[in-house]
Amino acid sequence: MDLLANLGLGFDVALTPVNVLYCFVGVLLGTLVGVLPGIGPTGTVAILLPITFTLEPVTALIMLAGIYYGAQYGGSTSAILINLPGESSSAVTAIDGHQMARQGRAGQALVTAAVGSFFAGSVATLVLAVAAPPLTRIALQFGSAEYFSLIVLGLVASVALAHGSIIKALAMIVLGLLFGMVGQDLYSGQPRFTFGYFELYSGINFVSMAVGVFGVAEILRNLEDEATRSVLVKKIERLWLSKEDIRRIIMPILRATGLGSALGILPGGGHVLASFASYSLEKKLSRNEAEFGKGAIEGVAGPESANNAAAQTSFIPLMTLGIPAHPVMALIIGAFIIHGITPGPNVIRDEPALFWGVIVSMWVGNLLLLILNLPLVGLWVRMLTIPYRVLFPAIITFACIGTYSIGSNAFDIYAIALLGLVGYVLVKLDCEPAPLLLGFVLGPLLEEHLRRAMIISRGDPMTFIERPISAALLAVAVIAIVLSLMPAIRRKREEVFVEED
Amino acid sequence: MKPLKISKDLLAGLIFIGFGLAFGYASLNYQIGTAFRMGPGYFPLVLSGIIIFLGVIILLQSFATSAEDGPIGRVPWRGLILVMVALVFFGFTVRGLGLLPSLFVSSFMSASASRQTSLAGAFLIAALLTAISLLIFVWGLGMPLRVFGPWLNF
Repeated sequence: MDLLANLGLGFDVALTPVNVLYCFVGVLLGTLVGVLPGIGPTGTVAILLPITFTLEPVTALIMLAGIYYGAQYGGSTSAILINLPGESSSAVTAIDGHQMARQGRAGQALVTAAVGSFFAGSVATLVLAVAAPPLTRIALQFGSAEYFSLIVLGLVASVALAHGSIIKALAMIVLGLLFGMVGQDLYSGQPRFTFGYFELYSGINFVSMAVGVFGVAEILRNLEDEATRSVLVKKIERLWLSKEDIRRIIMPILRATGLGSALGILPGGGHVLASFASYSLEKKLSRNEAEFGKGAIEGVAGPESANNAAAQTSFIPLMTLGIPAHPVMALIIGAFIIHGITPGPNVIRDEPALFWGVIVSMWVGNLLLLILNLPLVGLWVRMLTIPYRVLFPAIITFACIGTYSIGSNAFDIYAIALLGLVGYVLVKLDCEPAPLLLGFVLGPLLEEHLRRAMIISRGDPMTFIERPISAALLAVAVIAIVLSLMPAIRRKREEVFVEED
Repeated sequence: MKPLKISKDLLAGLIFIGFGLAFGYASLNYQIGTAFRMGPGYFPLVLSGIIIFLGVIILLQSFATSAEDGPIGRVPWRGLILVMVALVFFGFTVRGLGLLPSLFVSSFMSASASRQTSLAGAFLIAALLTAISLLIFVWGLGMPLRVFGPWLNF
């Protein structure tokens, strides 16, 4: 009955008026950026990170988490209505959802997405609550060798799941790791790669990095081709599902919840994989396979539930191990650290109120999202009519103020410009920015554990293979790389991800 | 003989090799140490080696044209320059001029980055954004940012 007591504690924390308010603000902002193409949750969390400094740690984390899973809801709205996924994980929803909208069934598609997301989110939150404590106990026995192998696995998995060239993604990770090396060496205190700039002693500013490579680079990319979007549906007529619709979506939602919960734990964009996997699963299992691509309601129910379930369970590696599974998680780690909490297995023991409060808030947030999305869908549709040429100066402006307010340091702003430029060039050359950011965040951790493990083993690299958990983690990493390089799987992968573009 | 075409892969490979060489060269200035007791230069040097290796593979792949490799496409020079200048301007003047003027000029420049925005439009967007920002950040959240800086004496 520990679970009940813990959840009770969580409810006490999550239901205080302040926390409910910030949870609401978080999911509201999340929905907004999810709806609007061209600005994603990563950029938003990065920009808002400085604002959360003044809040209590638990309140800050509740809000940041809300932005992340709120964006999964919002992404489906623009995918269905304008065939332009606001979030990468909603890309498959666009296939059938937009077709439904063209047939005048936009309302049903939106309801299906919202209900599926709510159900999947609630179940996955429970999975998180049940799975976190035992995983934490395992994690407490991890030594440096295990942590090193785990981080390697996390980085490699993020590549296997990304689309595009694997070699390029690997190179982006290593580049991220190298950027992470900038600053004072942990052991000797020697400043590295600082070019004599005192501002770089504590490393490249993490917010500048995220805003630069995700925000500015993306804006420049969008400026290449300024097209005006057209909103297909001005008014959503009927929101109610027929009996037939309900019958058809129950099983896909259940299956997708399971699939999404499992895949979300994988590092590096499990939610994108989850929605693709769910779509192909439903297509295979469905009796009316021919309808897929032409407005099958299962094709909306499955992927939307899957990506939301995965969005919740991707907090598992973060909460138990301190390892981010997604660039947004990496930013949330930053938030933990800023508030003086070291993310990892100790959080649940040292800060139980924070741990359970954040978990329960996710359920509260999902409920708020359901309320927010269904009656207010008209408002979100109107949001889509805000032209991008107004939106992107706003992003730049808020990013400037947000970043500057962290340390009143102009250097951080110059870093945004420079990193934005580097990011843009790389994105233009088909190199994905997400592995770079993960590498950047995990770089110092990876080096620390590598050096510590090697000191403990007296310089013997066999320690990573002789310790069973570490060996298993590395083996999975190697298998993931080999599999994704194999021609047959590569072709399959390209097939799956080609629909995203 | 067909002229050497500058493809995405070729450039990407060269960029990665360049970063690898730069970081690797800088690492040599730091103590390398041994595998047992790694110095500050050890891990960066290893990483530089890996990224150069990956860069060479990408470079070689670019000669065997792959499906996803294509021409680089157009660059929005006007937008690129305006956004960069807007950021640098903000960083350079926010302390001296203060938030209001600095923000207004920066948002005006970034709004002009779009080809679809006229001068008047950019002016309007900048005014709106500056007002909203002051409202949210200075009066709403109470951030300690000066609205007018010491360069403006009033």
